[in-house]
Formats: sequence, C-alpha cells, structure tokens
Amino acid sequence: MNDQELEQKIKENWGDGIVSLRPSLNGLEVRVTPNIFKEFARWLAADQEMEFNYLRCLSTVDWVQEQEIEVVYHLFSLRHRHHLVLKVRVPRKEPQLPTVSDIWATANWHEREAYDLMGVFFVGHPDLRRLFLPPGFEGHPLRKDYIHDIERFDDEFAEKIRRGEIQ
Amino acid sequence: MTLTEISRAIARFLGFDPPTDQAAAQVILALIDALLIFGFLMLGVLVLIYVFRKIVGFIQARLGPRYTGPRGILQTLADALKLLRKEDIIPRAADRIAFNLAPLMVFLPAYLVYIVIPFGDPETGLVVRDLNVGVLYLLSISSVTVIGIVTAGWASANKWSLLGGMRSGAQLISYEVPMTLVFAVPVLLAGSLRLSDIVRAQGEFFWQWNAFRLDFFPFTLLAFITFLICALAETNQTPFDLPEAESELVAGFHVEYSGFKFAIFFLAEFGNTIAISAIATHLFLGGWKAPFPFLPDSGFWSLGWFFFKVSLLVLLIIWIRGTLLRVRIDQVMELGWKVLLPIGLICVTGVGLLVSIRPSPTEQAKQKVAVVSECPVSLQKDDGPFRWCRTHGRT
Amino acid sequence: MMDREKLVGSVGVGEQTIRTETMEVSMGPQHPSTHGVLRVVLKVDGEWIVEADPDLGYLHRSFEKLGELRTYPQGIFLTDRWDYVSAMNNNWVYCLAVEKLLGLQVPEKAEWIRVLISEMQRIASHLVFMGTYGLDVGALTPFFYCFREREKILDLFEEICGARLTYNFYRIGGVSRDVPRGWLDKVEALCDYLIPRLDELDDLLTNNKVFLARTVGIGVIPPEMAISYGLSGPMIRGSGIPYDLRKVAPYSVYDQIEFDVVTHDGGDCWSRTWVRSQEMRQSIRIVRQCIEKLRQMPEPTFDDPYGPSTHVMAKVPPKPKPKPNDVYVAIESPRGELGVYMVSDGSEKPYRMKIRGPAFVNLSVLPAIAPGHKVADLVAIVGNVDIVMGEVDR
Repeated sequence: MNDQELEQKIKENWGDGIVSLRPSLNGLEVRVTPNIFKEFARWLAADQEMEFNYLRCLSTVDWVQEQEIEVVYHLFSLRHRHHLVLKVRVPRKEPQLPTVSDIWATANWHEREAYDLMGVFFVGHPDLRRLFLPPGFEGHPLRKDYIHDIERFDDEFAEKIRRGEIQ
Repeated sequence: MTLTEISRAIARFLGFDPPTDQAAAQVILALIDALLIFGFLMLGVLVLIYVFRKIVGFIQARLGPRYTGPRGILQTLADALKLLRKEDIIPRAADRIAFNLAPLMVFLPAYLVYIVIPFGDPETGLVVRDLNVGVLYLLSISSVTVIGIVTAGWASANKWSLLGGMRSGAQLISYEVPMTLVFAVPVLLAGSLRLSDIVRAQGEFFWQWNAFRLDFFPFTLLAFITFLICALAETNQTPFDLPEAESELVAGFHVEYSGFKFAIFFLAEFGNTIAISAIATHLFLGGWKAPFPFLPDSGFWSLGWFFFKVSLLVLLIIWIRGTLLRVRIDQVMELGWKVLLPIGLICVTGVGLLVSIRPSPTEQAKQKVAVVSECPVSLQKDDGPFRWCRTHGRT
Repeated sequence: MMDREKLVGSVGVGEQTIRTETMEVSMGPQHPSTHGVLRVVLKVDGEWIVEADPDLGYLHRSFEKLGELRTYPQGIFLTDRWDYVSAMNNNWVYCLAVEKLLGLQVPEKAEWIRVLISEMQRIASHLVFMGTYGLDVGALTPFFYCFREREKILDLFEEICGARLTYNFYRIGGVSRDVPRGWLDKVEALCDYLIPRLDELDDLLTNNKVFLARTVGIGVIPPEMAISYGLSGPMIRGSGIPYDLRKVAPYSVYDQIEFDVVTHDGGDCWSRTWVRSQEMRQSIRIVRQCIEKLRQMPEPTFDDPYGPSTHVMAKVPPKPKPKPNDVYVAIESPRGELGVYMVSDGSEKPYRMKIRGPAFVNLSVLPAIAPGHKVADLVAIVGNVDIVMGEVDR
C-alpha cells in the first residue's frame, strides 16, 4: 500500500485516538495518544493489509520545552514493503507507556535502552533493567536537563560499591 | 668409557668399600640416567617449540621468532627464562597443597615414560631400562596424567579451570580405551610386551613394519591411524585441544597457573607429544630400523633413524594443528566411543584371529603369545634391574 | 536441541537420584572470544547452558549525547568509532541523514565512490568476521589469511584518506577527495586477487568437515523469530528472508547496480557464515561495476592528483542548519541495518541522534537461542552474530 491508502485505512478504522496524520521523510507519520497506543500497535502488526511485522527502530526524544517525551517507532512490513512512522508523546514528569515487546521482540532491548538513558517506563515489560549503565546509577543521561557531576558521581558510586549495594 | 664404569669410578671416588660399592654405583648410575633423560626432555622440548613456532608460522603466512639469537633460535630459551622470573601467584581460594602438587603430577608421567623408550638399538645401550613389561608400564604411567589435570582444574578454585579439568578427565579416560586396544595389536604380532622385541619383530623393509605390513592389512593400518588419533587426544593437540580451549575456557585447567608452574605444564604437554610420537614409532614404524636393509641402522645410526621418524610424526601433529579447528566435547566423546572403540576392537580381533590361524610366519609368535598370557608381568630371571648395566657395558 | 528441562535438577536412574545444581559463570568481559568486552552471565548445568544474559555497557561512550553537543560536520568523526570494523559505513549513514535533512543532492561521482568504498569495506569486515570466527571455533590459521587480505584493502583505503581504521572520509554532500589516479586499477587487481583467496578460505574454513560439525544445526533461528527480533544483515538472510536494504529500500545508486541477495534456508550458524562468504563475492561484483562506471567519469589531472572537489562535493554551507524535521536513515552495513534517527531543531547541532546498531539488535536474540546449547556452542553463536562492541554499547 502507498501512503494515501495507508492514511485512508487508518482513518477508516481509528477515529478518536489519532492526533495527527502527515507525510514525513520516512513515509506516513501517525501520532496517537498513549491511551490507544497499545491497541493501535497490535492492530498494525496483526491486520492483514497492514502487517507491520518488522520494527526497525525505537527512538525517544526529550522535548524539554513542551515537557513531553516522544517515543518514535519506525515500522516496516516485510510482505507489503511499506513504511510507517508511529509517534506517541508521554508527559515528561511521569513517562509511562505500555510495552510492545510482546508484539515485536526487538523492542525488548530498545525499551530497556530507552528506560536506561531516557527514563521512559514501559509498563508490562518482562525485564525492565538498565542496559548500558550499571545498576544503581541515578538519572537518565539523555534527558536534556541531565547534569553529570563527575566528582559527586564517582564518590557516591564508590561508596555504593563499598557498601555492597552494587555488585 | 661406559656409563657403568663412570659410575663405578664415582662410587670409588666417594669412598665406598667393596661390599657396598656395587649398590652405590647403581644409585649413581640411576641418577646419571635421570639427569640424561631430563636433559634430553628439556632439549627436545626447546627444539620442538622452536620448530613448532617456525612451521606454524610458515603455515600461517608469518615469520615466527626472528630476533633472539640467530634466526630466533634462542626465543624459546628467553621465554622459558621469562616464565621462571615471573611471580608465582596462588589464588586465595585455591587448595594450596593440591595446587602445588598438580604440575608435578602432570610432569612426572611425561618424564617417566622415557625410561622404557629405546632411543636406538638397545644393543648399543640406548635405553635406560628395557623392561619386559614395557608396554604395560607405558600405559599405566601415562594414565596418571589425568589425575594431575583434574587436580589442577579443581584446586584452582576457578569455574573455567574446573570445566577444563572435567573435560580433560572425560577426554583422556575415553581415549585411553581405544588406545589400549590398539596397543595390543603390535604386542600380539610380536608376542612380547618389551618394546625392543616389538621393534625386532618387524621386518627389515618398510613395508614389513606394523603400520604398512600387507599380511595383516587392513587391521594394522587401521590400528596405526587409530593410535595417531588417540595420540592427538591424549596430548591435547588440535583438534582435541578442548581442555585448554583458548576461546571457550580461556585456558582450561591451567588458567590460574603462572610462572614456573605454568612452564611445567607447557613442558609436560610438549614432552608428551615427543613421547607419544616415539611410542608410535616403536609400535608401528619399525623403531630404529632403516626403511631398507642396505641402509646402515646399527650402532648410533639407529639413534638417527629413530629421531628421523619421531620428527616426521611430530611434524604431522604440528601440521594438523595448523590446519584443523577444534571439535566439540560431545563430538570428541562420540568419536572416541562410537568410532574408535569399535575400530580398535575390530583390529585386535582381526589380528588375533589371523595370528592364531596362520601357520608359518606366526608359529613363533603363537608360542610367545601363550607364554605372555600365562605370566604377563613376571620378571624373568636374567632381567633384573642389573641387566641394563651389563648391556650398557657393551658400548 | 535436546530437551534438558527434565534433566536439570537431578540425574540418576529410577528412584535413586543425585541432586545437581546449576553453576553461574561469568563469561567475559575479559574473555578471548567475546570480541571486546561483552559479558554474558551464564547459568550452566555442567557444559549445558540453561540461561544466558548478556550484560552490556563496558564500552558505552554515549555517542548519542556527544552527537547532540557537536555541529553536523563535527559529528562525522564520532561515527568512525561506532563500528570500528566498518567505519566507512558509519560515515555514510550519518552523512546521508544530514543530507536528507538538508535536502542535498550528492554529485554522481561521489555516489559511485561511496558505493565502491562501502562494498570494499564490507569485504574487509566480512574477512574480519571469518578470521575471528575461525578463532572462536579453534582454527588459528584462517585468521592470518583473512587479515593478510584485509591489509590489502586497508592499504587502498590509506591511499585515499590516509587512515587505516578511522577514516573520516565521507562528508556531508559527498566525499572528502576524489580517488587518486591509477587507484581504480589497483582495486581491480585486488578483485582478481581476492577471488581465488576466497575459494581457498572456503576450503580451509567454511567447507571444512570439522567446521560443519561445529556449526550446522547450532543456534537455529526460525524465520518468524528472525523477523520478530528485528534481525538484519546476514543474520536474517541466513534464515532465508531476503531482507537487504540495498534491494528493499535502495539508497544512493544501488538501484542501478546488478547483484544478488544471498540467502540460505538453514538458519544456523553455518548458513550465516556461508551467506557472508558469498556476500563477499557479490561485493566484488558490485565493486567491478563501480569501477567501470567511475572510469567513464572525469579523472583527476596530473597536476591535481586529487582532482577538483566539485566532482565529488556538493555545495554545502560551512555550518549547515537544517529546518526542524526528523528523519530515519538506514543503510546495509556488513552487520545489517545501520540506522540513524536524527531530529533537527533549526540550530547547527542535531537536537537528538539515535543510533540503531545492527549488532545491538542482532545480539538481542542471544538469550532466546542460547539455552539448550553447550558452552562451546555459545562461543560459536556469539561469534556468529559478528558483534562489534563499539557499536553495541555505543
């Protein structure tokens, strides 16, 4: 399906939850609300004509002025060979989003990475631990307001290791 | 002057009186022998490691050692000295006694097997003790190695070395069985457990040697190949180098060893390689004999032929090491139990049947087999530990 | 593999059982066959793996944050350090993303040079894979052969950009220089040299009996699993799915080039190795076409050995400021889909840069396929993913 057909199909099936539909550099871009997000994602993967079975990338953007974090999913269908950009925004104070790792297993590590570096909680994720940074690390460095105080960090970290809180 | 005379002279010099001087001479002679074998082992391993590095370097399109000494021949010596100077680390959690004992338990068998291996014609005195149970001695001594390796793996208190030790134990025990079976083939053919008898029983032409002889084809050839494969496994060479698999177990059972103890493991490994090649030479390749009777092989010529054959086998092992990759532990076990063991059984059965059926060339052997089966380990009258001195005196 | 579930916990015959325990082993970060600093926490039952949990981050250098703090042209040199075995491809994907944001058209000669270099880089990277994978399964010799061939490619790279590992050759709007005169002949000679070498490598490693015994049927990834885990590159093509971005979503001039997408239905470690060894031959095919095409284009003159830069560079402002937008660009790197998601806010620095590393995603399948194998097989599986930790940890 081309972008127009995709747009048509989404408009037909989903009314309220769609925030915006617009063409982007990577094909059709859909922005949805967090409420319908999980249902929408499941429909995208399951519907015969959509069948977005391949999650290419999961990114997060910290829009600090809007006080929102945007989670971006780049989807691809191996059968129909069409692309889709799925965006969803969550409040920065309490960034929570249902996991999609049960739909696309790729999301498992991508969501762990997003949690680690951006602090987005993916509800229902089977194993939401930090991926790159050590356990016991405080803060999420990819956020725009993160300040890394290297001396304080080192001291606190050494203290934690000494107390045996970090293996 | 022979070694016997030298030792007597030393005994006299040390002031032993006639009733005790014979015994003292024996002790001194044994010490000299031990030193000689040790020297041979050291020298052999030094040369082998240099040759090994150069040949593997050639196979792998690189140069190998170049800078220490002319053409890098002193590189191994330099490495050995470096290892000796290194700090000897014992992990805190290790079982100290077992940890210290293990290298010795691995090294001693590699050293002791040389006692019965003739380095040439025993008539010339090129053997320490030409035991009449030589083959049995070899088998029993070489099976001690596995205890040392398992001890090393366990005593290091390291999970990787434990895995390596267990692997090694399983592998060595598995391959001992087919190896013992094919050991029986030359013994059956010669009707003796003495290594020099086994060599003498093989013909003068190279197609009469056990590996290539046609009257027992294909059993003897199969036995030879089986022996070579087992030898690779017993010496932990590629493709059976799992106990010390670098990429899987880091270094296997000797991962925690450093300095001198590590050097001992290394020494034992290469010493075993030479020893197993020497045993294969004696059992299957006609020992010290020249491939044709018109070529000289008496006296010290026999030493030359022996080392020539051993070198060929060692080269084969190095070549295999440069070419093949490592098999997996279950595949090793499968090969040992499902392939080599039946082959070994077939070889022994086939050769045994042929030996007992054929009338003329094996009449002698048949009688000897009967004798051996009656009293396989008894020492004959003229075969005490003193015999060697007498044979030695003839040089 | 075997059904080990029942055996874990007790062994024995009939009612007499011996209680056994699983052992937790930490494989890495200082382990010779984890290709850098990967740490895998293993639960093993004897030699059998019950659970494998990769622990990342030992080489985390936070390139995504660093990218936000540098202007667009400054960001190129960071890219060399992601996947240091195929740095040219990293350069390319970054430049491609910025070009998309700026709406730039790259000169045709630059496009062909980019394809040529990238395919040579693919051969070099696959050679590293073959060599190190040989090491993983215990063959030392192919490693030296592979690195000997790779050296020749690196020599050619050195000639065009002066570096052997971190090239910094691709620029926003083209490449930094034209290829020197006579260089194409050397590349062609290299292609002729490589073909028999690759056959030799196949004899020595890929079709070796012991190698077959070690890799066939090990680490099988069914096609559905490969799609679900988002595998790419040889990992997904080894499961029989022809997902190759050069064909699926052609970028640059790949739509004008003839080549085959190599797939194999086995889904095991051997299939993926075979796919890589065949891909090198396809890359040589592409390189030859590029040489033919480049020969028809204006050459650098004798006075100016690197040629006028207008042939290989578009007009780019010194401090490009793309309009607020976002783009996801992906290319087929030797390891698979290497993507960059870039968000611009109209300033001279990217607002956000996310790197989608192929090895990172490919490695995520490890916990799913490792249980049920032996420790020795794990080495074969991890080696087969062809990870470069610089890109997994970023």
